[in-house]
Amino acid sequence: MIRVVLPYHLRTLARVDGEVELELAGVPTLGTLLDALEDRYPSLRGTIRDHGTLRRRPFVRFFACKEDFSHEPPDTLLPEAITTGAEPFMIVGAMAGG
Amino acid sequence: MSRIRVLVGTRKGAFILTADGKREQWEVNGPLFAGWEMYHLKGSPVAPERLYASQTSGWFGQQVQRSDDGGKTWEQVDSQFHYEGTPGTHQWYDGTQHPWEFKRIWHLEPSLTDPDIVYAGAEDAALFKSQDGGKSWRELPGLRSAKGHLWQPGAGGMAVHTILLDPTDPNRVFVAISAAGVFRTDDAGQTWKAANRGLKSPYELPDPDAEVGHCVHRIAFHRSRPGVLFMQKHWDVMRSDNAGDSWSEVSGNLPSDFGFPIDVHAHEPETIYVVPIKSDSEHFPPDGKLRVYRSRSGGNEWEALTNGLPQKDCYVNVLRDAMAVDALDPCGIYFGTTGGQVYASADSGDTWTAIVRDLPAVLSVEVQTLP
Repeated sequence: MIRVVLPYHLRTLARVDGEVELELAGVPTLGTLLDALEDRYPSLRGTIRDHGTLRRRPFVRFFACKEDFSHEPPDTLLPEAITTGAEPFMIVGAMAGG
Repeated sequence: MSRIRVLVGTRKGAFILTADGKREQWEVNGPLFAGWEMYHLKGSPVAPERLYASQTSGWFGQQVQRSDDGGKTWEQVDSQFHYEGTPGTHQWYDGTQHPWEFKRIWHLEPSLTDPDIVYAGAEDAALFKSQDGGKSWRELPGLRSAKGHLWQPGAGGMAVHTILLDPTDPNRVFVAISAAGVFRTDDAGQTWKAANRGLKSPYELPDPDAEVGHCVHRIAFHRSRPGVLFMQKHWDVMRSDNAGDSWSEVSGNLPSDFGFPIDVHAHEPETIYVVPIKSDSEHFPPDGKLRVYRSRSGGNEWEALTNGLPQKDCYVNVLRDAMAVDALDPCGIYFGTTGGQVYASADSGDTWTAIVRDLPAVLSVEVQTLP
């Protein structure tokens, strides 16, 4: 079981409170996690990754185990602490600055 | 007694303001979609409980929401806006060609006859149409064939911000695009032609009379007379009596002919309203006085409407989609400001009241007159 923390605006779109829990089939990678998240919550399609290209939107960040996974390719394996649910995978809206 | 519902889009959510036909006591509902930029909300003229809303975010992209109960509940519909075929390019700031890139929906225009048909005006400028209540969208690519490669974004972006559906001819649609101009189709969106003859932009274009490239801020017509168009251009208030084939200036005695919105009285086709703004460099009212100007002669002769509006130290702006009229008699006029006020007049503009005054910056105002 994988725990995912969504930013506030995506929690309201997905109509969830708190963390989301996902079961991944197959190899647990960054890409399969996002696929599973969008399958479970279709309202999130296009909000984290662009429709079509599936590229991460510029102001969305992926954090896991105090590391930045934002720039990692989709086939990047998730850390064990994420796949076991010991740590949450965090999807974060980038700082606006100012 | 009739009821009025005002749909307000702001930088940080949407609000729905309601009142009975007296328009004295207002109830404020919201924020809806709190924290999101709500560019525009509009109801179907034939099914007023059907509302469409453009919800957008620099972080999470574009969403479209639909309500079938007047805004009490909402359903997220499709938000995939793909340019047809190979998107091609338009002019970029440095003079090179730049690929078309979808950014957001500025304006949603429901059909006059079918609540499931709705048009969406996009940045980068394109027109999309849904025939299933927003569950899928297709571009009408003929618009971008009207010399789209010459269109160039201004500082505010390049967006289809106005969509006028001719009530007398289902095949005729007008759109206005910031930094490109007015375009008209007479075949339901298959082909389009520029409708900018007579516009002059000496400070914005190397050729002031260019066929495309004019920074049109807003166009409007009276539904009984859709061949007569009024325009607030970047500079200049303009009028066309031949469906956009040619334009003439009607700025007359305005204190500034720069501004964003323009609208037409519900029952008097020659009565029009603008909000003069000092300049493109200073986006606030001249002299710190918020004044709506009304012409009862279709332009040229204007009177300042000030009763109830701040007449000192006012430095807000009124954006292009932030003015609307109701259908009651006397006609109600409404506009929202970047300072978060929504002002209303229940007497055609003679007197004004702030019906709510501390919202986030107002992006759009639409009004529904309900039975």
